[in-house]
Formats: sequence, C-alpha cells, structure tokens
Amino acid sequence: MQVSKEKKLEMLRSMLLTRRFEESLTELCGTEGKIPGMMILCTGQEAVGSGACAALSPEDIIIPNHRSHSHLLAKGADPGTLMAEVYGKRTGCNKGKSGTLHLAVPEVNALCTTTVVGGGLPISVGVAFAQKYKMENRATVCFFGDGAADEGSFHEALNLASLWDLPVVFVCENNMYAGAQRMEEHTKVKDIADRAAAYAMPGEVVDGNDAVAIYKAVLKARERAIAGQGPTLIECKTYRCRGHGEIDHQLYQPKDEIAAWKERCPIPRLSSEMLSQGLITDEDLRKLEVEANALVEEAVRFAEHSPYPEPEEALEDVFVS
Amino acid sequence: MQQLGMGQAVKQALQEEMIRDPKVFVAGEGVGVSIHDNPMLPTAGLLKEFGPRRVKDTPVSEAAIAGLAVGAAVSGLRPVVEIMFNPFFTLASDMIVNHAAKLRYLSGGKSTFPLVVRIKSGAGFGAGCQHSHNLEAWVAHCPGLKVVMPSTPADAKGLLKSAVRDDNPIIFIEDMMLYFVPGPVPEEEYLTPIGKADIKRTGTHVTVVTWSKMLGVALRAAEQLALEGIALEVLDLRTLVPLDKETLLSSIRKTGRLIVLHEATRTGGFAGEICAVVTEEAFSSLKAPFRRVTGADIPVPVSPPLERFYIPSEESLIRAVKEIL
Repeated sequence: MQVSKEKKLEMLRSMLLTRRFEESLTELCGTEGKIPGMMILCTGQEAVGSGACAALSPEDIIIPNHRSHSHLLAKGADPGTLMAEVYGKRTGCNKGKSGTLHLAVPEVNALCTTTVVGGGLPISVGVAFAQKYKMENRATVCFFGDGAADEGSFHEALNLASLWDLPVVFVCENNMYAGAQRMEEHTKVKDIADRAAAYAMPGEVVDGNDAVAIYKAVLKARERAIAGQGPTLIECKTYRCRGHGEIDHQLYQPKDEIAAWKERCPIPRLSSEMLSQGLITDEDLRKLEVEANALVEEAVRFAEHSPYPEPEEALEDVFVS
Repeated sequence: MQQLGMGQAVKQALQEEMIRDPKVFVAGEGVGVSIHDNPMLPTAGLLKEFGPRRVKDTPVSEAAIAGLAVGAAVSGLRPVVEIMFNPFFTLASDMIVNHAAKLRYLSGGKSTFPLVVRIKSGAGFGAGCQHSHNLEAWVAHCPGLKVVMPSTPADAKGLLKSAVRDDNPIIFIEDMMLYFVPGPVPEEEYLTPIGKADIKRTGTHVTVVTWSKMLGVALRAAEQLALEGIALEVLDLRTLVPLDKETLLSSIRKTGRLIVLHEATRTGGFAGEICAVVTEEAFSSLKAPFRRVTGADIPVPVSPPLERFYIPSEESLIRAVKEIL
C-alpha cells in the first residue's frame, strides 16, 4: 500500500508537536509548583498516536489512556487549551478538573480519557455499540498499554466487541513496562496480539516505532470495523523511554536498553525515510520543527497567562442541572 | 386503575420510554431471554416487542455491561442496563464509580452520561448474601450518581421514566420482593420527580424515614400503633441522592422524633446520613434521640429463620417507636 506524502507529513507533524509539547513539560516539571499532580509522558512512543490517528476520519472516536498526549494531539486537540489544562488553569479544555491525566476533548471526538488501567476498554465497546446502533459510518479506537491487557476489563471488552461485531480497533501501545514490571514479569505471553485468537478476531503485531506501519494496520482494521466485520487487536511494540511518571528514576530499566531504543526514535525514522525518498528537504524538516516549537511556545504562553479557577468552581460540573 | 407489581410497572416505563425515544435501549444478563419465565419480571416480553437491536442480552460480564452504558451514553444514546443482583454491582463498580460518576466532572462539564443502571436488590428469597446485599449507601457515597429506590409500583414507573430522561447517571434500585406485590398504577402517562420524598402517611408523633421494601413494614407498624393512639408519619425518601432535605426537615419540625428504617446493614448505612442531616439542621426540633432500625451487621443468611432475623420487622420498628416516645 502506498502512503501519500500528505499522510506522512501529517504523522511527522503530530510526532514533532507531541515531542516538543512533552519536552516543554519535562522542563516545566522542574519548576516547583508549576504543574500539579503526576506527569506521564509518551516520549519515544509518539508513533502510536500519530500513526493510528492518521488512519482515522475526524468523526472517528478515540478513547485514550493515561499516556494520552500523542493520541490527543494527533487527533487534532488544540495544544493551548491542552497545556492550560495540564497547568490546572480555568481556560484548560476541562476547566482544570482533569489535569494532564484525564483529558477529554470531545471537539475532536476524544470523548474521555481514563487513568484506570484497562478502564477505557469497556467504554470503547459502548461507544462502538452506539456507532453501530446509529448505523454511523465511523469507528472507535481504544488505546491501552500492555498492563491493561492483564485486567479483567480487557477480556470482557474484547469478548463483547467480538460477539456483537462492533466497529472498534483495540490498539495496545506496548511500551514493555507496566509500572516497574517488564512484560515477562507480568505475563507469560510474548505477544499480546496472540490473545485476539481467544476472541475470534484478527491480532497483529506492528513495530510501534514505525508510524507508517501503524497507520497501515489501523487503516485496515478501521475498514474492517466499518464494513461490519468486527474488531481488531493491534499490538504496537514500542518502548517507554522515560519513567512511568516523571518521579520515576527508571532504576529497573537497563541503561543500555533505554539507549538502544532511543536510537530507534520514531521521529528521525520517519523523517529520514521522507528525506531519502525526496518527499522533504532538510530545510522542510527544519521548518516543521520550528512550526512545532512555535505552537508549543504559544501554548505555554497561553497557559502561563491564563487564570486559575476560583476555588468554588470545584463545585461545578458534578451533575447536569 | 390498573393493579401492577413493581416489575410490571418498571416494564411499562421501559416500554413507554422506548417507544417515545429511539435512543433508549435495554441491556443486561437475561433481559431478553431469561431463565425466569415470569411475566411479573421487569423485562419479560421486551425482546419480542422491540427486537434484538434494542433489547440486548449480554454475556455474564458486569464490567462490560456498565462500560457499554458509559460509552453508549457519552455517544448520545440513553442506555438502561440491568445488574441482576445488587452484590454483582461490585463487578461493575469500576465503570460506575470511577467512570459514570466522574467522567462528566473530569471533562469540565463537556460530556454527559445519561444512563440508568437498574439493580435488582433485597433479601427475602433465601438466596444468601452473595445475591442479597443492599449497597445503596456505597453508591450514595459517590458524587456524580443519583440514587433512586422506589417503594411502590406507581412510584417505580414514574421515577424510572424520569430517570431515563435525566441527563445524569442514575442508579435505580428495585427490591425484587416488590415485583410480586400489586399496587395501583395510573393509566395515563406521568412522571415522578427524582429528588422528591413522599409522605405516605401523615402523623404527629414520630417521623419514620424509609425507602424501598421497608415502606410496607413502616405502614403496617403504623396501622398497629394507630390502634394505640400513636400516629406515625411515614416519609418515603424515594431518592437518596439528591436528598429531599426540605420534606425531611419539615416533617421532623412537626413531629420532633426521627426513626430511620432500612433493610441494608447498620454500620455505614444511609440511616447515619439522615440522622446526621437532621441533627445538624433541626437539632432544636428534636424531642428525643433518633433511632435506626436496620438490618443486622451480618451477611444475609439463607435459612428462613435466620433471614427473617436479618430483615427489620414491624416489631422492631414498634419497639423503637416506644423507646423514644
């Protein structure tokens, strides 16, 4: 399958944006009191969100997990309101209720993000059920990690989605670590995609640092979903280059392992491919980087200058009145 | 007026709402084809009437059932899902407690979750503690959920219709023993507001606050006490969250005495909340200490005399009334 230059540019742009967005968060986290709560980054895993979302239409729905920045930015979320939310500001996309961990951006059909490991799986089944019920021509992508595949909700969700032929694509972003546990310490299977067989759905292992490969796999799964043929499980094998969160010193991750995976960074992988294919020039690449940096700079400026919510605003949005 | 059991009244509510709004669908274990071939049950016959697109039998997967509701609701449908027995709520609880209740708040009010989780509850049919365990206080403790527990067929119908139309997640708890107790249900369409208590019997001496199946116990005790010249006011809460403080406090200001009666176990039960609200907001009206008449702090046992011991009785209520008069 040929992938167009535009698609590749789209993926490269969103990976560069996510990378710069998170680099700035890494810097900001160093300033005491600037960013509330936990900071969970996907640095090195950007190809998963970028590749998967490039395969979707704007009407398709995504359900991200706690490591959501690449999913959301690739789906088109505004970096400014996202950054303001991470800061806990009133202008944030969720008015400061969510912070970085539970970002919901319904404007781009990222309906909700859950930090409960495996929590997004049954919800994505409900979203896909609604798509089928309303006879819509769109699909749902559920992002989750390797740890989520150990949860009971994984089993219940895949079983029901398969039983009812629901238009959902389960994208396992396997970064080889669930908390401090390496994959072989939390499951005996080598490929989570093998579990698809238990639910009579296709399962596929994809290089999780290859945005184009992920794009192709999700595109195929989406077509299958929309054709009424049911769900697919795609396992994107990538690597968690940073800790589980920014407080994690990664003492349990071998240094040479981290270094080796950093060499396989998904961004130069795509950009060098595009350079060698003559799709972009060094100058183009530099411009793309400048663009991403400018977007993030503006997002940080917006967040910095935004007000905090008034304390009493904590009482709002519990119920629809 | 038609006489219906609560199950039949619930079914009428579902039928009317499904006809009114094509976004409403029903899902759960055995809501279509059931091992219980009994027309008194709430979903009996729905599959035949509405077909398998809108009446979804699910696998035995409570987390998936609740997740189905959360995902379908945020996508614009109005799911009514069933949890077969109250203790199985625990298997669905992550989806309800961490997701249905919180995702709207986390979205800053952008997303809505108009869903109803119907839970069949109550002791009295000898099934033991893993099928009988009233957990309404658990869900009432989770901001973001409304908690409805009807006591009569008429209320059940009107409240469920309101629940289906409400834009918030509603936990709708039905006592299964009430499925088989007929009561009058108006023929014409009506809605019963969520968050409004109902005085089921007026009196002057003691306010008995209760809900669900215990309403019958309260009314029967009131009949007996009336013979002795004691007038109970029986306040049927109907909705635990939001709590109708106005009706509650005005009754207490009138009688000056409070007893809370519920079937659920005592420690951490919702009676504690009612007593706290009354003590905080109407202390000066109280003429006597409050009393709680509740299930004992034990898992619900199976043997008939043991199960009867667990469930609060008219005698235990009458004893409590006499203690504070």
